[in-house]
This record gives sequence, C-alpha cells and structure tokens, in this order.
Amino acid sequence: MRRGLKKAAPETLADLRRGEEGTLEALDLPAGDARRLMELGFVPGTRVAAGRSAPGGDPRVFRVDGSEIALRKATARHIRLRPAGGTAE
Amino acid sequence: MNAPEVASGPGGGFEFPVLPHAPRRFVALVGPPNSGKSTLFNRLTGLRQKVANFPGVTVEERRGLAKVASGKDVVLIDLPGVYSLVARSEDERVTHDVLMGTMPGTPTPDAVLLVLDATNLKRHLVLAAPVLALGLPTIVVLNMADELEARGGDLDPEALAVQLGAPVALVSASRGEGLEPVMEFLGGELGVPASLDLPALHDIPKCRQWASRLGDEAGYSPPAPPVWTRRLDGVFLHPVVGPAVFVVVVIGVFQTIFSLARPLMDLIDMAVSGSGAWLSGHLPASLLRDLLVGGIWAGVGSVVVFLPQILLLFLFIGFLEDSGYLARAALIADRTMSKAGLQGKSFLPLLSAYACAVPAVLATRTIENKRDRIATILIAPFMTCSARLPVYTLIIAAFIPERALLGPFLGTRAAALLGLYVLGFLAAFGTARLLKSSVLRSEGTPFLMEMPPYRWPTLRQIGLRLYDRAKIFLQRAGTVILAVSVGLWILSHLPFSHGQPPQMAQSVTGTVGRTLQPLVAPLGFDWKIAIGLVTSLAAREVIVGTLGTLYGMEGEAHSNGLQAALRHDLTPGGAVALLVFFAFAMQCMSTIAVVRRETGGWRWPAIQFAWMTLLAYAGAFVANRLVTAFFA
Repeated sequence: MRRGLKKAAPETLADLRRGEEGTLEALDLPAGDARRLMELGFVPGTRVAAGRSAPGGDPRVFRVDGSEIALRKATARHIRLRPAGGTAE
Repeated sequence: MNAPEVASGPGGGFEFPVLPHAPRRFVALVGPPNSGKSTLFNRLTGLRQKVANFPGVTVEERRGLAKVASGKDVVLIDLPGVYSLVARSEDERVTHDVLMGTMPGTPTPDAVLLVLDATNLKRHLVLAAPVLALGLPTIVVLNMADELEARGGDLDPEALAVQLGAPVALVSASRGEGLEPVMEFLGGELGVPASLDLPALHDIPKCRQWASRLGDEAGYSPPAPPVWTRRLDGVFLHPVVGPAVFVVVVIGVFQTIFSLARPLMDLIDMAVSGSGAWLSGHLPASLLRDLLVGGIWAGVGSVVVFLPQILLLFLFIGFLEDSGYLARAALIADRTMSKAGLQGKSFLPLLSAYACAVPAVLATRTIENKRDRIATILIAPFMTCSARLPVYTLIIAAFIPERALLGPFLGTRAAALLGLYVLGFLAAFGTARLLKSSVLRSEGTPFLMEMPPYRWPTLRQIGLRLYDRAKIFLQRAGTVILAVSVGLWILSHLPFSHGQPPQMAQSVTGTVGRTLQPLVAPLGFDWKIAIGLVTSLAAREVIVGTLGTLYGMEGEAHSNGLQAALRHDLTPGGAVALLVFFAFAMQCMSTIAVVRRETGGWRWPAIQFAWMTLLAYAGAFVANRLVTAFFA
C-alpha cells in the first residue's frame, strides 16, 4: 500500500483518503445502525476502499462488498479499521 | 401487444381479486433496492397495473396482472425494496407483513419472486436466507444478466438452483431476456423449496459467509468493476466540475421545460379553442351550450394545456433517477441538507416534491428518525410542485417579456421560473432550520446511501411512468377541475332575474368575490383572483381553470386571451404578488389529507397550513408593495 510516511495509520473509515483501503474491525454504533451497515456489506473482516466524495470531503463513497455506499464522516468515524492496514501485512 | 382480458371495474380501471380465497394466483416480488425489481414488475405486467395504498399505512402498493402461457392471469404485487426482513422503516414492515400474511386485505402470497442483482450476487444472496426460510414456493431471479456478461462475470444458475433448492433464472429485465423460466414458474405447478441448512438469520456475518459459499459453489466470478461508472463519477463527483454539472443540470431542466413544451402546448391550445369554437358553431344557442363551451371547455381546456410541461418534468426526473445520477446529486446536496438540520435521505422526498408533494410525503417513510421525517413532511409542500407550473407559466408568459440572458441557455422567463423554484426552496430551508432548532431538534441519524452504477434508462420504464402521470393528471382535470368549472359556471349564472342570468359582477360568484376583495386588495388582487384563490384551495392548478371559466364567459376562451385579460386586470405588482402567494401557500387538499394521515392527526397539517398561508399573505403583500414602488 502506498501511504505517506508522515501520516499516521488510519484508525477509522473517516481517516481513509481517496484510493486508500483498509479492513473492517468493528462498528461502534447502536445495534440497529450497525445491523443496517452490515446488511449493506460493512461486515468485520471485509476490505473497504475510500472513493470520491461530495465537495469538501463529506459525505464520502466507500467501496465495500461489490457496491458503493455513501457515509457521512460522523458515521465513518465510528467504523474501526484493523491496525496497520489490515491483511496486506 | 394483445389486449389483456381484464374485468373492467366501475371506474374503468382493473378489478383485482382481494378476497383471501381469490382463485387467481397471487405472487409477491421481493428484492433489495437497486435490484431492478420494479423493472421486472413492469416487464411482466406492462400497462396492466394499478397503484393504491396499503390499508392503514401509506406505502404505495403496486399490483399488476401478468399473463402466463396457460392463459391464466397471475396477480403480481411489487413490494418495497428491503435488505433483510428485519423491519426498521414502515416500508420494510409492509414487505415483512405481506410475506408473513399478516397484512390486512392482502392474502398470503402463493409464491415469491426473489429478485437479486447478478452483478453483486454474494451480497444480494444474503436476502435469500430469510426469504427461503418463509417456506413459500420461490423462484430466485438473478437480474442484470446483460451487465454481468458485458463486464466479464459468470455464474451457473443450475448449480445455484441445486444449492438453493429452488429454481433460479438468469434474466435481463430491462431487455426482456431470459424470462421464460419466470413465466413457467408463474403458471406452473408450485413446489415448496427444499428445506435447507440455513444460517442463523440474525447473524449477518454468518449469513454473508453462507452467501459466499453458495456463490463459490455456483461458480460465480464477479464482474469487473463498472469502468464507465468510475469514469462518470470522475466527472460528476469531481470537486469542481461535479457541482458545476449539478447546477447546469438543474438550470437545463427548467429551461427545457419552458422552451420545449411551448410548441406542444400551443398545439393543444389550438385544438381546445378550435374544438370549442366548432362546438359553439354547431350547437343551437342555449344555456347548455354556454355551459359546455364557456364553462367546461374553457375551464378544463385551460388546465389540460399544461400536460406537456408536466410530462417533461417527470421525463427529466425519471431519466435522472433511472440513470443513477440522482444518487450523486443527493450526495452533493447532503451538506446543504445538513445545514438545514436535515439529512441526505430527505433529499429524495424533497426532490420528488418538485413533481408532487403527495408522493413526496409518502416517500418520507424511508426516514427512520421520526422528527426528521415530520420536518421533511412539513417543508415538502414548499418545493415547487408541478401543479404550480400552470399558474407560474400563465402569469410569467403574460407579464414577463422573453429576452435572452445567457445567450440561448437562459431566457428571462426561464430565469423567473427558476427564481420561483429558489424562493420555494429558501422558504423550505428556513422553515426546516426553524423546526430543527426548536420543536423537532433531534440526534443525527446515520446517512447511508447506495450509489447504483450508472445505467442507460429504458424507454419502456420511463414511458410507463409518464403514462401513469398523464393518467393521474387527466383524471384530475376530468373530475376535480370539471366539477369546479361546472359549479363555478352555475354560481356565475345565478340568481336569474326575468328569466335571464345576471351580469357576472351581480352573480353569486361575483358577490362572493367582491366580499373577499377587501381581504386581498392589499396584495393587488381583484375579485376574480379572489375567487381563484378560493377554488384553488382544492388544488393549485384549479385557479387557471377558474380564471379560464370566469374570462371564458366574457368570450375569451383560450390562454392567449386569458393572458391578455390578466394583463388588463392585474397590475405588475399584483402579478408578482400572485406568483409569490402560490410559491408559499398550501393550496392543495390532497397534501393536507396525506399529511394528516402520515402524522396521525390534525395538529401538524393545521400548523403547516396556517404557517404557509401566513407566509404567502405576507410575502405577496411585500412583493406587491415593492414592485409597485419600483415600477409605478
């Protein structure tokens, strides 16, 4: 994975910049919200890539499990990624 | 296409069996959003469909008749799209209840068509688990076969059928390919699916693993990423180009509605006034002839003229929605929505409110947060619905000369129209902020929106929608507007004195209008407009029919005559005030009724009506004063 050295490893989906990827660790959200996100493909262990966003960077489109889902930063912040960029290690 | 053999109901529509023991087979279409479920429904039923509401809730119920090989009709019901059978919104509850057989008035389905997107099979297969667990005869329809092939994906439907213990059909609903197994299933013997070793339905990761395993065993190789979607998103979601395209699309829609519809409207106008003149020349002079020509023809005709404009608007909305651009527009608009305290999910209802507030209020069902939902319902009627178009067009055409502002791209009239749309939007925005910072303050709900791949909309799909809209519009012209026109004509011819109808100003209508005049005089309106404001409480476009009838009785039947008459009767201040009044006022009984039903009482619609009328009156008053001060 190409990533700038000065930038800390992304901890949540909100830290991913366009083109970056990560592996989902957990969804720190109320049960109902987490369930809906999982139905849309955000299942722990899945690879997620950040795509384009609305002007200003929020909301952003994420590629997950064959589809593209737009999330606001406020939600993406609660979706944790596996440390060190996931399975690529 | 063969004419379908259907029983004609009293209203001339179709009659569907609603009894629990209906002899006809009853089949439900289930599938996730964006699976092409409605395209399949339209493909199977064509024009043999009917839209109604489920009893007690306001989710649209679409039923249709599919003709199968055995010559029998099968009743299909198109259920709202769901990701699972665990219901979070009213929409999803309807799908759940119908499938469980607990929806009043709807029999338990005899069979299920489960529609999934073949280009995203593994995720969509997750829904197969709870649906197959119902134990109803089920066929799994894998849609978008053409796209799967074009993007180099592959799967073996036979192998999947073995895995699922249910028939599987690989189809392209938009092209109508591969539907034979579906037709066979609909008309053939129904078999209950083999009992499967299903995962625990509440455990989504487990279900997802199950779906993955099934996909692998069916030799599923996912298609390449949609190259064109990526390329188009590079433009439409570009930080600078994207918003620019958004603005161009919005302006383009309004300009085209105005310029493209004009020749068509003139054609209808000529037909209406021509046939009116022909009628009055060939019928013996009588009160009946006057009622027919001066009342009905002028009243209904002046509204029917606007059909091309309304169809064009729906054509654009249909194109934007079916192509996938609408989801991108919602993404771009989300920040603006959040500034009003709302969320991206409110965007779709608000955008459909540009067509009509009634379906918009229904569309708010997908918003799970109750306070967000009520706020969206309350501001939806501010969006410029298509019923305002006839009023706007008439006044703008009468009072604003056409001049080019930006070359051929934007003229003064389109700019005025656009300005009125902006005015409505600002009122909605302000009202939302007011509500969300006070009585309807709420915690943020997560905004999740799927971005479907861009697709080329099919003529058939959009054509069916336009047909639906035209039917609804003409039905209204044939009922509400007809009734108002006749009633108005009669009241304008009473009381008789010496066997002769009175002068207009002395008639019942004239008396009512003149009584109301002091109330609307500060807005720059005369008594005829006052009558129009009263009749248009039924529906906004009624005012055009009313003015058509009122002036038609003075021998000015067609709309050019109506424009001239308005220029004569209204000051520029009054004209602008009338536009502003209609931008804000809640002149629509259907909306009031649907808001009452949706919010469960009279409280919210009463507040909404009072607020909108107050704003309309104040806005019109200010507009009249300002314009008069500048131009007089």
